[in-house]
Amino acid sequence: MNAVFALTAGIVFGIGLIAAGMTDPAKVKAFLDLAGAWDPSLALVMGSAIGVGVFAFAAARRRTHAWAGERMELPSSNRVDSRLLLGGVLFGTGWGIGGFCPGPALVAASSGAVPGLVFVAAMLVGMAAYDRLLAPGRLAAGRLA
Amino acid sequence: MTIDWTAFTPWSALAGGLLIGLASALFVLGNGRIAGIAGIVGSPLRALLAGASLAPERTRLLFIGGLLVAPWLWTQVAPLPPVRVDVGWLALVAAGLLVGVGVRMGNGCTSGHGVCGLSRFSLRSLANVLAFMGAGFATVYVIRHLI
Repeated sequence: MNAVFALTAGIVFGIGLIAAGMTDPAKVKAFLDLAGAWDPSLALVMGSAIGVGVFAFAAARRRTHAWAGERMELPSSNRVDSRLLLGGVLFGTGWGIGGFCPGPALVAASSGAVPGLVFVAAMLVGMAAYDRLLAPGRLAAGRLA
Repeated sequence: MTIDWTAFTPWSALAGGLLIGLASALFVLGNGRIAGIAGIVGSPLRALLAGASLAPERTRLLFIGGLLVAPWLWTQVAPLPPVRVDVGWLALVAAGLLVGVGVRMGNGCTSGHGVCGLSRFSLRSLANVLAFMGAGFATVYVIRHLI
């Protein structure tokens, strides 16, 4: 059942991203362009996703094991540090430049869209570079927090 | 601020968000995991580069598989929406690098901190969301209105 749930979740998530318009960077940038002709659509995407999520996570908090039998792996940290904030700023800057965030980029890449493939390749390099060079404990000079 | 009513797509946005929320609900209740794409991709990538076993990554890899299949299922029913990029290749690569480093450093992205984190009322996620939304708004402002 674990495999069925995970695969289904991935499919529904991807369909949701496409339906929401998030796989089109122009749509995303129209949302981020507050001073231009603003398209508020993505605020509704976030709002309705959280509307469902609030109930799901309230239910999840009361469980010790998932439906498929695995232990729940919910984050427990509430630490706000410079790494968390700088990471957000770097991500937001890249999001503003390209109009892609990780999920929609993967979907766009899988559909064969060349910009999606280029973006995902660069994103994977960025992730690996962070883990190799900047992650805590990797390199003293890379320490931020 | 002027709202572009011709571009505004409230119903598909609500429907898409609903599906994203339901998928996140299934992943946390069914599999006990946070549907955060940065972590779901980053964790198997790290295992792969470290030469570690991918067996513990099975659930995440299946989720990624579903995500990659989604556009192919979509095309069985309707044409995919366009992927319109208005920056050059160098800028797109820079954007990818920034997103890759940023989501690993901040431990999450629009899905993990945005949808799941805010649904859990996590202060940590709220701080990250404010940082990336602020940077996203500022970046588009600079690109479109200052330079």
